[in-house]
Amino acid sequence: MKTPFWRKYIFSTDHKTIGIQYGFTSLFFLLFGFALMMLMRWQLAFPGQPIPFIGKLLGETRAPDGIMLPEFYNELGAMHGTIMVFLGVVPLGAGCFGNLLVPLQIGAPDMAFPKLNMASYWIYFVGGVVMLASFLLPGGAASSGWTSYPPLADIAPVGQTVWILGMVFLATSSLLGAVNFITTILHLRAKGLTFMRLPIFVWAQLVTAFLLLLAFPPLEAAAVLQLSDRLLQTSFFLPSGLMVSGEPLKASGGGSVLLWQHLFWFLGHPEVYVILLPAIGIVAEIIANNIRKPLWGYRSMVYSTLFIGFMSFIVWAHHMFLTGMGTTISAFFQATTMIISIPSVVILSCLFISLWGGSIRFNTAMLFALAFLPMFGIGGLTGLPLGLAASDIHLHDTYYVIGHFHYVVAPGVLLALFSGIYHWYPKFTGRHMNEFLGKLHFWPTLFLMNAIFFPMLIQGLAGVSRRLYDGGLQYAHAQGVLPLNKLMSYAAWLLALAQILFILNLFVSMFKGRKVASDNPWEATTLEWQTPTPPDHGNFVTLPVVHRGPYEYSLPGAGRDFTPQSEP
Amino acid sequence: MTALKGLLPVVASAHGPEIDRLIFWVHLLMFVLLVGWGLYFVVTLFKFRRRKNPKADYHGVHSHVSTWVEIGVVIVEAVLLIGLSIPFWSRKVIALPEGDVIEVRVNAEQFAWNIHYPGPDGTFGKTDWKFFDKAANPMGIDRNDPAGQDDITTINQLHLPVGKTVLIHLSSRDMIHSFFLPEMRVKQDVIPGLNIPTWFTPTRIGQWEIACAQLCGLGHYRMRGFMTIHPPEAYEAWLAEQAVPAEAATTDDFWN
Amino acid sequence: MEAIPYTVKPREETGLYNGKLGIWLFLASEVMLFGALFSTYVILRLGSLKWPAGSSILNVPIGALNTVVLITSSVTMVFAWLSLKEKNFSGFRRQMGFTILLALLFLLVKWFFEYTPKFQHHLYPGKNTFLAIYFVLTGLHALHVVGGIAVNAYFWGPGSRMWTMEPDRFTNRVEIAGLYWHFVDLVWIFLFPVLYLL
Ligand code: HEA
Ligand code: HEA
Ligand code: CUA
Ligand SMILES: [Cu+2]
Repeated sequence: MKTPFWRKYIFSTDHKTIGIQYGFTSLFFLLFGFALMMLMRWQLAFPGQPIPFIGKLLGETRAPDGIMLPEFYNELGAMHGTIMVFLGVVPLGAGCFGNLLVPLQIGAPDMAFPKLNMASYWIYFVGGVVMLASFLLPGGAASSGWTSYPPLADIAPVGQTVWILGMVFLATSSLLGAVNFITTILHLRAKGLTFMRLPIFVWAQLVTAFLLLLAFPPLEAAAVLQLSDRLLQTSFFLPSGLMVSGEPLKASGGGSVLLWQHLFWFLGHPEVYVILLPAIGIVAEIIANNIRKPLWGYRSMVYSTLFIGFMSFIVWAHHMFLTGMGTTISAFFQATTMIISIPSVVILSCLFISLWGGSIRFNTAMLFALAFLPMFGIGGLTGLPLGLAASDIHLHDTYYVIGHFHYVVAPGVLLALFSGIYHWYPKFTGRHMNEFLGKLHFWPTLFLMNAIFFPMLIQGLAGVSRRLYDGGLQYAHAQGVLPLNKLMSYAAWLLALAQILFILNLFVSMFKGRKVASDNPWEATTLEWQTPTPPDHGNFVTLPVVHRGPYEYSLPGAGRDFTPQSEP
Repeated sequence: MTALKGLLPVVASAHGPEIDRLIFWVHLLMFVLLVGWGLYFVVTLFKFRRRKNPKADYHGVHSHVSTWVEIGVVIVEAVLLIGLSIPFWSRKVIALPEGDVIEVRVNAEQFAWNIHYPGPDGTFGKTDWKFFDKAANPMGIDRNDPAGQDDITTINQLHLPVGKTVLIHLSSRDMIHSFFLPEMRVKQDVIPGLNIPTWFTPTRIGQWEIACAQLCGLGHYRMRGFMTIHPPEAYEAWLAEQAVPAEAATTDDFWN
Repeated sequence: MEAIPYTVKPREETGLYNGKLGIWLFLASEVMLFGALFSTYVILRLGSLKWPAGSSILNVPIGALNTVVLITSSVTMVFAWLSLKEKNFSGFRRQMGFTILLALLFLLVKWFFEYTPKFQHHLYPGKNTFLAIYFVLTGLHALHVVGGIAVNAYFWGPGSRMWTMEPDRFTNRVEIAGLYWHFVDLVWIFLFPVLYLL
């Protein structure tokens, strides 16, 4: 029986098809989120000047005469953050790579609940469409930051309501996905695949799924409360006695502004590890494969990952040090924040030390994976002064924070995700991506990302606030570091040009790329490479049995320099 | 330390150097880790490239240097946390100054800072929004209250004498704002419904800005206030000058 | 192509089949959802100057009646599942029918004897914090009841075709629906005293 087209490619329940759907959708959103940012970077570099070429197309309510309005800047900022995090990076790391690789790496025929898996994707898709559509509403898209702090968000135009609805879709999708991943990993592991033989990537996905499962519901609760504030005129987040633009606000009052922040960051902080962990998993796999030796400290890495997962539920208020927090509470959250940095240090150290004694193969995937290490290192290290409340006084809500997390998410996580695409592409297409173009993509991307994000740290130290429509133009204390805005913007636009190489490579290689020589072109040990290329529906010809750990490279006495997990 | 000084704004408050010192020590830790691991990284990539080292070593590193590095990081973090950050928080943020301090109220709105001095009698008059008038009485001071008759209000103009501790009571009438004085190393979110104190002692004479650090709407970027630190006599003169026409608040969009 | 393992039979280490593990995980997330809302209740109540006694606004006897209705429906839900275990399909039909009817009764009582009188007295969610949290908590719970009715109705009607082909799998599904239903019941058992009595 031939599966009809729409069953095979659109409403498919095959984890690989769903993974690829996640992949393309999230790449599209990444590009879109980046495009929003390129518009913003114009306004930051040339405040108040008309945007060339496309400025006029944006419409009178957004950019009259091509000059961006502050309202529109705020919409772009909020939506850049939302799209990058919830529609771009997380669906790519957890949705796409998780779906493609987890069942294969654990030797399963599919995810535990294939129909639910399909539902997750389509709910995500609808959530994304809802978010995009909100730009067309009167008053535009959400404009209160990706954090949607009330009271601002409570009284914002209708775009905020749609943002909440979109978030409910995305949260639901993530919850269903999380249930599916956990069940799959706990139940569908092949015979012999004990926990201590799981690839780091699978561990990372397991912890990620638990974070999504337990951290998203409080945000959903918060979203319901904000929705009720906006639609039913309740005052969950509105204290009594507010006066907006000289008029008393008509609301019963009695609510708490900080309640939202607690609920938001209870998700928000675990969410950053949801961004990070899949990337760490990808990098660990690719590094192990390309150094041709086992990872150093596998167990420490596993325990650190679990520990990060656990701790990430009790650090959230480090985003709120300056909300009038007392000594005891702030001491608690500073301490947990310092403690959670330790497992990251351990994981990074293990990866660094793994390199020693290796026989390092520098293909494109490996270059991206290696670059992740110092970039995440810088991002993580800049988290430390933020985690100490006293230094956060000066740095909170400045570009230092923007620099901190972009180092983690952009030259860190994005590069890791690129790395994963280059590495696993052959498995799912049967062809390699072009190595030369890949390296040509790598070097400018690495360099330009640093040119964008390092100056942010400098601006932050100088005290330039974030979310400024004119990038600090008005402030005397910002003048010294203002020229950096132009540098960052040029770097951002050039970065976009460099991505053309990637997009070309991605699509053209599907038809023109070098064909793989075998099912296991990288001579890897993990199970996904023991399948036909591309794997059929059902994955394995016969379900594998696992006899060893995940990274048995250069095993003394073995004939080859890799010994697959399924080899007796 | 000097490299960092060049990057930070000048410091003009008594507690500022303490924050700068913490920022310096953390960055030193970061710098050491960055350079240490960075050098190791470059050397390793070079030394163990495939062409030079065709056969990988299954066992890899045996030494436990990295464990010692990790323990080192833990110790330094603990020292910074317990030795500097937490004590600073309890002494300079939570514990409030007593005795001879200047008290000022700052009420934030979209997109301005309403500043309220108690006047010569040193007590704030009662406030209620029913007395509110955008131009004449932006704080809603009850002018019938004896304590309120001499109160001074300004918009976006904060004047203080050098060398005297000032205690600022922050409140907001609409959105969350954040009261940021970069040169004073003071930043405090202003939360509607809460009254949050913050304090500092200016140590330098000069004119600087009040920045808003929390997204509060479309005018967030231009929610700028002006702070002037006077010599003591000049401050008294300014107060006296303000006390005369108590009706209209000063609204100049610059230091005045 | 191999089938997905443990769809019906439990895996030894966990003692659960896939669906049951899945529903437990889902319920864990539901605990976080309602946990966040209950925390909200506590925080708002502690931060408020005055808080009305629930009984002064809400109708305690009606609430108590609804509590009984929902608990009874949980019991019939168990009987529905047990009937399947005993291969008694018509017994399942009957018990599941009761469950659905009781759930509908719960909603009707809620609407006509709780919400409608409040609206008639102009007690809307926007009136004060107590009413806000009351409507949001009970409304969200009611949505869960609606969801439960939809699922149960499906297994009562079209979904029950599975019984003839894969009885074990069908029994499992009903068990899962039951776990969800007990959870919805449990939430109400928390809600009732917190809102009506405390
Ligand atoms: C994936 C994303 C991610 C990750 C992993 C992290 C990791 C960390 N973050 Fe970050 N953070 C964000 C994303 C992330 N963060 C975002 C998005 C925000 C802003 C949200 C908003 O307000 O909009 C934020 C904001 C933020 C704040 C609030 C700041 C403020 O608003 O004032 C704080 C404060 O404590 C903080 C701390 C930390 C800490 C201590 C870590 C630690 O886990 C880091 C631990 C890692 C290390 C310590 C690295 C160790 C490195 C080495 C050992 C070797 C180095 C070697 C070389 C460089 C060669 N972060
Ligand atoms: C995962 C999260 C993520 C990522 C990846 C990024 C990526 C980038 N961010 Fe973003 N940013 C945020 C999350 C993220 N950001 C958040 C949460 C905020 C705070 C918002 C707020 O204040 O509320 C923020 C805010 C923020 C600001 C501050 C704005 C302000 O405060 O006013 C700036 C300023 O320059 C900025 C810049 C950039 C740039 C230049 C990139 C670049 O690195 C982008 C690079 C992108 C790519 C390289 C695209 C790759 C995609 C492809 C190549 C697609 C291929 C496509 C197909 C095949 C179809 N970001
Ligand atoms: Cu006030 Cu930003
Ligand atoms: Cu955090």
